Amino acid sequence: MISQFFILSSKGDPLIYKDFRGDSGGRDVAELFYRKLTGLPGDESPVVMVTCGGHHDDRHFIHIRHSGLYLVATTSENISPFSLLELLSRLATLLGDYCGSLSEGTISRNVALVYELLDEVLDYGYVQTTSMEMLRNFIQTEAVVSKPFSLFDLSSVGLFGAETQQSKVAPSTAASRPVLASRSDQSQKNEVFLDVVERLSVLIASNGSLLKVDVQGEIRLKSFLPSGSEMRIGLTEEFCVGKSELRGYGPGIRVDEVSFHSSVLLEEFESHRILRLQPPQGELTVMRYQLSDDLPSPLPFRLFPSVQWDRGSGRLQVYLKLRCDLPPKSQALNVRLHLPLPRGVVSLSQELSGPEQKAELGEGALRWDLPRVQGGSQLSGLFQMDVPGLPGPPGQGHSTTAPLGLGPASLSFELPRHTCSGLQVRFLRLAFRPCGSTSPHKWVRHLSHSDAYVIRI
Amino acid sequence: MGSGLRDRALWKVALGATGSRPGRGRSPCSGDRKKEAAALPGGPAGSANRANRPPERHSSPRAGAGAEAGHSKRALPGADRPKQRISDGRRAPGRGSCAAAPRGAAGEGAGRSASGRRSALGAPAGGGGGGARLGAVGPEEAGLPQGAGRGLSGRVAARRRSDGGPGREGAAPWGGEAGSGAEGLGVAGAVSGRSEPACGPQEGTAGAGAGLAGPWSLGCGPGEAEAGPTSRLGALRRPTFASPRFPRQGWEEPAGTAPGRETMPYLGSEDVVKELKKALCNPHVQADRLRYRNVIQRVIRMPKLDQWGQAEVLNFLLRYQPRSEEELFDILNLLDSFLKSSSPGVVMGATKLFLILAKKFPHVQTDVLVQVKGPLLAACSSESRELCFAALCHVRQILHSLPGHFSSHYKKFFCSYSEPHYIKLQKVEVLCELVNDENVQQVLEELRGYCTDVSADFAQAAIFAIGGIARTYTDQCVQILTELLGLRQEHITTVVVQTFRDLVWLCPQCTEAVCQALPGCEENIQDSEGKQALIWLLGVHGERIPNAPYVLEDFVENVKSETFPAVKMELLTALLRLFLCRPAECQDMLGRLLHYCIEEEKDMAVRDRGLFYYRLLLAGIDEVKRILCSPKSDPSLGLLEDQAERPVNSWASDFNTLVPVYGKARWAAISKYQGAEHRGPELPNTASFASSGPLIPEEHKETVQEPDSGALMLVPNCQLTAEYFEKTWFSLKVAHQQVFPWKGAVHPDTLQMALQVVNIQTIAMSRAGAHPWKAYLSAQDDTGCLFLTELLLEPENSEMQISVKQNEPRTETLNGFISVLETVLGTIGDIKS
Repeated sequence: MISQFFILSSKGDPLIYKDFRGDSGGRDVAELFYRKLTGLPGDESPVVMVTCGGHHDDRHFIHIRHSGLYLVATTSENISPFSLLELLSRLATLLGDYCGSLSEGTISRNVALVYELLDEVLDYGYVQTTSMEMLRNFIQTEAVVSKPFSLFDLSSVGLFGAETQQSKVAPSTAASRPVLASRSDQSQKNEVFLDVVERLSVLIASNGSLLKVDVQGEIRLKSFLPSGSEMRIGLTEEFCVGKSELRGYGPGIRVDEVSFHSSVLLEEFESHRILRLQPPQGELTVMRYQLSDDLPSPLPFRLFPSVQWDRGSGRLQVYLKLRCDLPPKSQALNVRLHLPLPRGVVSLSQELSGPEQKAELGEGALRWDLPRVQGGSQLSGLFQMDVPGLPGPPGQGHSTTAPLGLGPASLSFELPRHTCSGLQVRFLRLAFRPCGSTSPHKWVRHLSHSDAYVIRI
Repeated sequence: MGSGLRDRALWKVALGATGSRPGRGRSPCSGDRKKEAAALPGGPAGSANRANRPPERHSSPRAGAGAEAGHSKRALPGADRPKQRISDGRRAPGRGSCAAAPRGAAGEGAGRSASGRRSALGAPAGGGGGGARLGAVGPEEAGLPQGAGRGLSGRVAARRRSDGGPGREGAAPWGGEAGSGAEGLGVAGAVSGRSEPACGPQEGTAGAGAGLAGPWSLGCGPGEAEAGPTSRLGALRRPTFASPRFPRQGWEEPAGTAPGRETMPYLGSEDVVKELKKALCNPHVQADRLRYRNVIQRVIRMPKLDQWGQAEVLNFLLRYQPRSEEELFDILNLLDSFLKSSSPGVVMGATKLFLILAKKFPHVQTDVLVQVKGPLLAACSSESRELCFAALCHVRQILHSLPGHFSSHYKKFFCSYSEPHYIKLQKVEVLCELVNDENVQQVLEELRGYCTDVSADFAQAAIFAIGGIARTYTDQCVQILTELLGLRQEHITTVVVQTFRDLVWLCPQCTEAVCQALPGCEENIQDSEGKQALIWLLGVHGERIPNAPYVLEDFVENVKSETFPAVKMELLTALLRLFLCRPAECQDMLGRLLHYCIEEEKDMAVRDRGLFYYRLLLAGIDEVKRILCSPKSDPSLGLLEDQAERPVNSWASDFNTLVPVYGKARWAAISKYQGAEHRGPELPNTASFASSGPLIPEEHKETVQEPDSGALMLVPNCQLTAEYFEKTWFSLKVAHQQVFPWKGAVHPDTLQMALQVVNIQTIAMSRAGAHPWKAYLSAQDDTGCLFLTELLLEPENSEMQISVKQNEPRTETLNGFISVLETVLGTIGDIKS
């Protein structure tokens, strides 16, 4: 029941446009959409928008933003927003699978493929199928990849791909190639990427007490194996679901809620915590879980701020001590502390504990970048600022109360090889018999990153 | 209990006979039924029978006897609806075992006995229940083939059923009946396994699954249910057999009539499409519950059906109206697994279907909403912002009916730094609505953090939210707001002052605190809204604020450079009010202000206002007092605004559509616009069957399907001229008339304002104290249906007579309208009396 579907670049240029029903408007809807989006009043949400174009021409725009692109569907019916949003994200995943990755470049290089895909996925606005297996029978066009895939491209390590031993490093581009290898290419690699990704949102009160902890975890699988090859994923045996279950010794690894992809077979889950599945090619979220309020391990970071504020001279001194409570062997990457400052801060002088750190002012906030923080270490920064015209209640002298607009501090970071819930993948076994060539490569990775790690000051 | 029941009993008898003797019976849709009946002797049913009854009871001749027994039982007036029977069995398996003997429900264990009963049902629809009931009454009577004992038991059952009682919450949520967990469990497994032999292997597994963890858990409280993948206990309900004697009423519109749907959606596999087409096109299927059920089973549980197909089918099922409670619960149990789907679209589709089907069972609706809490919360913290937004909108929708529903999860709705603006705003709204005694402290703490956010818009939204909470938790909120004034930030101060103004109007008890907080904040207000609010406060409550005249004096000094006419008007009024209570301090500047406004002001409205006040002053101070000293607060408005707790049914049909995402008000505007564009032939289009009430009561089924029969939405700004009203009023008949108790006189202004809040317009109204007092009201809903109302109050009988006329005869919306009207009148009445 989608009338039209189109993809816009982040600047609003239409990349793909498809009309399924021919019941409304023309190509200019894309432009209309972008105009509406940019001219939206502040209190309205952009997710769903409506145009009331005079003559029987009113439609709803529903869009998602995915890697800088707008994927927009229009409909003139009052349909389920959940299904439609789900469909759009599924389309994004599919396009990513087929084109290698989803970006303006890949889309514009693969226009024919994208149209072919849309033709198969949607008919007259109704979803036909989004499954990789079904689609692969119909899709003839091959993806154009920007540069040939090279194993020696070790420049950086992206989301998929492990970084355990130098010899077995999968480069970041390993996962960003089309899932369906070209038909001529017989030597396609059999690879499986399994990621355990956790998003951590934390709120710490100014007195250091923990107000909220929330972990959203996912086990994501990207498989390049032929469809239907069975695999078994073993999770930590002490994995408990719900508040009451007790397994193994000690506190175990406890999550509040788990949901599985519908293709996962769970007969061994109760007894051995093994998930069995026959994944289709492409990306798939095998399992989702949530955990709140009760983390088994200490929080990765603690911040001890102290603020000195001299109202008379308008000098503000902030001393931040950041302690990383990870186990000594782990480390946190790309740590960035973001501290909103009062209006009118003019100068900044800083004393940082390490040379590789960097601190700067920008957009009314202090940014402190710490590229790498080793577990168990402690870092500090002393920042002095002048806040000339800061209004405040009368009263002179030093005070330790924070002025208005300072804080709360938020941290963003990545923790490779660390899951906050403690969940680990014990093994990944494939029942796949390679026909002659190499045995399949399996890449398993654990990663936590911050969703919102907020510390009030 | 008249003939209707007897009729049913009769056809059930006939059916029973058919069922148990497959060879002979008349079988309207015999294929499946025969299979089912044939399947009876084997399986758990057999073993169940064996337990208590001598084996010879089993052989085929006795099937006839059994049928007979079931028969006579049915014919008894007391024989209750089939619903009871299962529950009884579940509740008292032991008893049931001997009781149900004639029909062969026996019990080695709970599961067994129930399965026996299940099998019984395969034959004459439901002898078992009566039997089980019997058992409850007295096992020794069980042996009697029929008679008084049964009648009694039936009655008992009926009574039991109507009581409900705590047991209801037991094991079969959908049934609304009880049973201890374990028993229910066994039953569920056995029952589902047995009852659906026609449906192929996947049914079997489904049954087994249900046996392990049946579809509906009652056992676990709401807390548990959301806590995880807890298995749900419960039981399936028996299938029922449709009789051709029932007029067809199931599908509201055959497929062909849906315009715009030339093609069937492709649902993932050819079979599905074929099956659905069959269901849609074949009138027999439409008339036949059993086939309908099979359609559900085959289509819905088809493993090939992907999530899109499932969502489509769920949407499609909205068009079917179950004929009986039993069938309804049957469907609910069949569809239960969708509530646990991993796709939010499917979960929400199922939720909507459940909410609409269980229209008359609020406890079922509540259960569903408890179930959907988990998925909704997960979606709220989803990585996809857009999904998160849609989920938040739906959370708000649910909170309107069940204010406490998400209170324990308030932390999930705390905003994080990186979220986009629109999500933060929604979250603040949600926080504002779920606040309760336990979490108010934390929520306010959090909201206070937002007030100093870098984004001024967001900060202001947070302050307004605190203002909203202040209506309930006044003291804490006023304190926080006062502290915010200390920050001396322009954008904060102006919003705080506006919040104070609204708060003082609604909650007079906080006036003192507000008055103490106000001095000093005039320095930080620059915008029109904030100034107006401050001046209003100073004018109305000036006698409590020591420096009020001096603040106003500053404004008067600077009036020449004031750019907003609205501020000048407000200043005039405020100063005149203050003059009444503090004349000495104000006289001079009032003179100056009036002089300026009359002589120099270029804005005509301000000038006229100045002249008006001038002349008013000439008329004498008493006259001024009479006109300007209106009440300083109106708590009733607050009461009206959060009458809240709207019934679930009022929005069930909007669930999982774009309506909550847009917000009801915006949607009304949109649909009004669209309605003007195309109305009429397009009404029963494909879109409307998602949103339209498929559950039109039976008497309506032949009429054209009307959209949105369930929820009433009155459009704002429906302006009717008095002439048009009069013409319409005389051309219509009274659709509804009732008498409303009323004490004392009416305050027309209050009433008019109150009615305005719910979008009912006043056409004409008598003056206060007139005898008899009359008012004419009009309202229009979003489909264009007009409601014309006359209120007639005759003080001597202290009754208000309400007559409503409607230009399109629709009972549902009429009832909705009347309940709205009653709420308003009730609220006003309460305040006045």
